[in-house]
Amino acid sequence: MMGSLWALALLLIPGALALLLPRLRWIGAAGAVAGAAVGLVACARLLGGAAAESLRVHWSIPGGLLYMELDALGAFFLLPVWIVTALAAVYGVEYLGRHPRAPLAAALFNLLAASMVVVVLSRNALLFLAAWEIMALSSFGLVMLEDEKDSVRAAGWTYLAASQLGTAALLLMFILLGSAAGSLDFDRFSAAGRGGWILALGLIGFGTKAGFIPLHTWLPEAHPAAPSHVSAVMSGVMIKMGIYGLVRLLGLLGPIPAAAGWWFTAIGISSGLLGVIYALAQHDLKRLLAYHSVENIGIIMLGLGVGLLGVRYGLPAMAAAGFAGGLFHVLNHALFKSLLFLGAGSVLHATGTRDLDRLGGLVKTMPVTAAAFLAGALAICGLPPFNGFASEFLVYLGAFHGSTASAQGPVWGGLAVLVALSAIGGLALACFAKAFTVVFLGHAREARPQPARDPGPAMKAPMLLLASLCLAIGLGAPRLFPAFQYILAGRTDAAAQAAALGDARAALGTATGVMAVFVALALLAALWRIRRLAGRPVSQSVTWDCGYAAPAATMQYTGSSMAQPLTEFLDPVLRAERHIEPPAGYFPASASFVSHTPDFFQRFLYRPLTALGARLLAPLRRVQHGNVHLYVLYIALTLLALLAWSLGAR
Amino acid sequence: MSVSGLIPVLAALTLSPLLFGVINKVKALVAGRQGPPVLQLYYDLLKLSRKGAVYSATTSWLFRAGLVGGVAAVVAALLLVPLGGTPAVFAFRGDFILALYLLGVARFFLVAAAMDTGSAFEGMGASREVFFSALAELALFVVLAALAHGTQTGTLSAMLGGVTPELWRAETPSLALLLIALVLVLLAENARIPVDDPNTHLELTMIHEVMVLDHGGPDFALVLYTSALKLWLFAALVVGVLPIHDGPPAAAFAAGLAGMALVAALVGVVESAMARLRLARVPQLLLGAAALALVGFLLLAAG
Repeated sequence: MMGSLWALALLLIPGALALLLPRLRWIGAAGAVAGAAVGLVACARLLGGAAAESLRVHWSIPGGLLYMELDALGAFFLLPVWIVTALAAVYGVEYLGRHPRAPLAAALFNLLAASMVVVVLSRNALLFLAAWEIMALSSFGLVMLEDEKDSVRAAGWTYLAASQLGTAALLLMFILLGSAAGSLDFDRFSAAGRGGWILALGLIGFGTKAGFIPLHTWLPEAHPAAPSHVSAVMSGVMIKMGIYGLVRLLGLLGPIPAAAGWWFTAIGISSGLLGVIYALAQHDLKRLLAYHSVENIGIIMLGLGVGLLGVRYGLPAMAAAGFAGGLFHVLNHALFKSLLFLGAGSVLHATGTRDLDRLGGLVKTMPVTAAAFLAGALAICGLPPFNGFASEFLVYLGAFHGSTASAQGPVWGGLAVLVALSAIGGLALACFAKAFTVVFLGHAREARPQPARDPGPAMKAPMLLLASLCLAIGLGAPRLFPAFQYILAGRTDAAAQAAALGDARAALGTATGVMAVFVALALLAALWRIRRLAGRPVSQSVTWDCGYAAPAATMQYTGSSMAQPLTEFLDPVLRAERHIEPPAGYFPASASFVSHTPDFFQRFLYRPLTALGARLLAPLRRVQHGNVHLYVLYIALTLLALLAWSLGAR
Repeated sequence: MSVSGLIPVLAALTLSPLLFGVINKVKALVAGRQGPPVLQLYYDLLKLSRKGAVYSATTSWLFRAGLVGGVAAVVAALLLVPLGGTPAVFAFRGDFILALYLLGVARFFLVAAAMDTGSAFEGMGASREVFFSALAELALFVVLAALAHGTQTGTLSAMLGGVTPELWRAETPSLALLLIALVLVLLAENARIPVDDPNTHLELTMIHEVMVLDHGGPDFALVLYTSALKLWLFAALVVGVLPIHDGPPAAAFAAGLAGMALVAALVGVVESAMARLRLARVPQLLLGAAALALVGFLLLAAG
């Protein structure tokens, strides 16, 4: 426990110093790296099988102790927190450069990282909620860093409102959990027959943070608005705190409601499919990535849903593979999504735009960013040999155990998950084939005063490190299996779980072998190609243009045109808005086509709801009119009323 | 790991170009022509691999790496596919997931190479490829999940080996539906009629062909060889669902090879008998294949 507390101190003190000593631009990031180094050592011990460490101190706040604990599950969720915040902090120093608010950003960033660590460590509801709120507020501050822009302010307020509503659900959930025991310490909680209600509140509260559809609408607004290294942390790590909360809650409930597996699976299918479908229709690179976070949260929920179905129907192999895959995807998504956001940040930094259809050809002038983004793109599509494949494979494997079972329940659950995952996989590939190729390949679609260059070492190193981690975990996944045994302890019967994890590990081990063969074959084919072409004429020419004499860069397929057949097909869900000015006459002088896809739920659910709320509450404006002297009168009247009441009560 | 599994892989590596020869020969016979020799693709590969290359100045290293990654991914996937009762080199629970994702790698790289040329034609092909393949992959997943459920096994080798004459007798309707879905997926994934016309000369209507307009020399040889291997892989899946691999291993393997020729001939007949569908109809065809497979699954699971 002391290790984690030291790590927190290493994080927070330099964070405060960054605000006091704005000339030391590196101090916040240095703290984040030092904290991560210490914090990761503590995590590694737990994941190697060490016993949980806890800290209980009496404090003046009612409802229990200042109670913190680090167990294997917590250590697993802290891995991405420490790794990604440290790398993103280093990236942020160069990214923000001499931005006047860079010191404030560094302080808030370290506070955000520390609050996530405390969320994972705390075992008392009040401590948890305090950390949860600090996490929400510090990230709100970071989203609002460039609040001179209208769009940023709108995004920030949406985020704040959503996160407060989520916290309200959590408050209610903790009250229900704690009321039976009369204590807000996690170890004394009992669901006392209200498991279904508690889980539903948890799904709303934690789901708002995680971004389940339809609670996700803040996510594609807030993540693109934040500076890119903050987007990386929010999308990669912070939304996982919602998943952490749910997994922790499942452990506190005692008997899990029988329908829980179906709830999780349904949420996973809807978030996964709708997330990737909305991502396909985006042409803002960071917004596209934000929608992919919704999709990946869906995949994580599919894994947990498969696990819960396995527990319910007594199939330990299904349960173990599902839980292991869902949780493993938490780590993997944190790594590749933050990598992709950092890559998008480099593109934004170098070109000043996030619009796919204005970019192109960056691989030639930004080779490092392109290679790192490619690794992230392959990983997020779940393509071997990167880490996304390993975790998605485990989820698939769990679902497959279900679909080959003899009982009807797991068969339909397993089949639904298999079909959903393969649809998500195919669409994600389509989306990233678009995002990567449109930004980095072909010609630049707009002329630039100077070519976009790769950023400096402080931004390159984190991307390269994350890319190599994605590859290393992809090829070394079987070696991580012993840790799953500790992380999943207590979820299912221990012996059956060990056997099931052993089987999954063996399957993944052989899969890794095939991937190694694939890499070797690719090298062999490359060698063949090089030897074939050696000494033969190799020349350069133009791209085949069908004989047309004046091809221009704007004639290339854009992101929107590449996704068009799919978005057209999915239009019943997407409801894109199109503004078309068709060419007219024999010599048309102008024509234009604009399309954008606002979020369905934002448009048809929240906007009407908030409009209704505003209308209902409008009469209250009469009370809040801005006349200060009348406000003083309110205060006086209130005091008078209180005085009268207190005298009357006596 | 099974060493005898190398035999199907070697067969794929050496015999896959023959499939195109058979298809073209059948098409020629139906049309009353003599047609190119059955070994034509071998001659083409030999000729192309002796040539130099011309690259578009727009392209980057991804254009060159794309084909290399593609051929390696398809060969790696072939390591998981059995033929004629001979199990694959590697077999593990869920191996078909890896095989399909390896095909996904090949697709990603092919699309990247196409987009790297900055040509609107190739962008058009790439856009269609990622869309149609996503749907075809969905249908294929359902088919394989159904086979796994029907045979109560978890590996491709066991699944396809478990489709016996007895199973066909017991589950004729569902296996027939799965077979039809699988053939539709084969036609779509290998750019055959009714989804794509390999003989078209109009760039605007192509899918697969248009993505490789700028490849030449050894690179184009790799493209052609990769598509031959991919056709072999899907044909092996179709043959696997036929109840022909009982009996001694050698005879079963010979029956498997004969089955491959039969599938190629079937593709040739389909191509002679019908025209390409309008592009807007292709998603319906593929969703139809997925629906057929789903019905097959329902019949198996409920029965």
